[in-house]
Amino acid sequence: MSTPTLEGHIVTDSALRELADDPSSRKRFLKMLGGAGAVSAFGVVLAACGDDSTAAKGTAASSSSSSDNAGDLKIVNYALTLEYIEAEFYKQVGESGLIKDKAVLEIAKKFGESEQEHVDGLKAAAKALGGTPVAAPKTNFEPTLKKGLKHVLETAATVENLGAAAYLGQAAKIKSKEILASALQIHSVEARHAAALNILVGRGFGDGKGGLKGALPDGPFGKPLDMKTVLAAAKPFLA
Amino acid sequence: MASSQLVAGELAAIEIQGTTRQAFLLRATLAAGATVGAMSATPLISKVLAADGGGDVDILNYALTLEYLESDFYTRAAKQVKGLSSYEQKLTAELRDNELAHVDALVATIKKLGGKPVAKPKFAYGNTFGSRAAYFKLANTLEDTGVSAYNGAAGGIDSADVLAAAGGIVQVEARHAAMIRLVRGKAPAPVAFDPLSDMETVLAAVKPLIAS
Repeated sequence: MSTPTLEGHIVTDSALRELADDPSSRKRFLKMLGGAGAVSAFGVVLAACGDDSTAAKGTAASSSSSSDNAGDLKIVNYALTLEYIEAEFYKQVGESGLIKDKAVLEIAKKFGESEQEHVDGLKAAAKALGGTPVAAPKTNFEPTLKKGLKHVLETAATVENLGAAAYLGQAAKIKSKEILASALQIHSVEARHAAALNILVGRGFGDGKGGLKGALPDGPFGKPLDMKTVLAAAKPFLA
Repeated sequence: MASSQLVAGELAAIEIQGTTRQAFLLRATLAAGATVGAMSATPLISKVLAADGGGDVDILNYALTLEYLESDFYTRAAKQVKGLSSYEQKLTAELRDNELAHVDALVATIKKLGGKPVAKPKFAYGNTFGSRAAYFKLANTLEDTGVSAYNGAAGGIDSADVLAAAGGIVQVEARHAAMIRLVRGKAPAPVAFDPLSDMETVLAAVKPLIAS
């Protein structure tokens, strides 16, 4: 069998344009966070990159309290950190001129725009929780960009898979229903990005070969990763 | 926070703060009867919830119904759709196997919680498998709907373990959706935030595919 490649089998420009401008889900997302804005008057400021020992495992349906908000804020700022990294990566990839294929360029552009929307949404979420959004980390993608297009797209695939696993690792720890719903709305988009990029770089699906995992790297069930593992994996991209 | 602070209507799926799962499901049933009218999904919802074993079982049975549909859909597609490329055949088989694994996992989870898994409905797809394009179009709809269904239902789940398990499934549904959309030449991730759908909307949407 053959898998789709960068040259073939990908999205047409018209299909992208047709769907790229649909603002409805973003509006809904922001409206929801507007509702969540009344959650608490507590101003809780947490660093994004601490350990997650305080985010105790509990029922998914707890009522809201200041400690719940603190836990949720920490998760939101953690997610925000990852989204900053993703958004900046796509931005620099776009500016690098490495991608010549028009359809692939469109995908990268669209994905990058979505990551920026995730950044904006999560900033709003942190504020809605009564907290302060963390600042963007200083990144360094030079070593990645120097290795060329194939490596860049493989890195994008790796980062998106990491992002999907990161959201999945936090979902059950989120106390606020609004924040949970928002995180899940992003989680499945990260998963879509991951699968598409895996296909684009020829990882196919199933278990993959040669150390590369497929578009369905975990088989029928996505696997979560904890905060510590994810942040360690993201560290090479930080300056 | 009070649920009244949320915007009504489009947020119905997540407007459950301070309410119980039962109230959430009851409202979904009532809303279906009130809004869908002749296309009411209420009998289907009743069927889905008939095996209620308490806890998160209702939501799991709802998910099971969708996974029965998807697994049945790909099982038949693998046998019936002509003109698929080798990649598309492999993809179809992979998706079928994933959905069957979801069915098994949901049945096992429902039993573990002391519930009774809902019976598998009989499905009918009309002429969908007569063409590659029609097959992938419905596959696209089913996968996108599945993603929005899990995302919309997650807030009603009580158990953190069940929520984590559902999250593991929805991630794979989203991957499926992207893969099918690529095959169709569509944007794999058309929006930055995937939509949330509530149960009555989803069941009303899939009802035409359920023969009995």
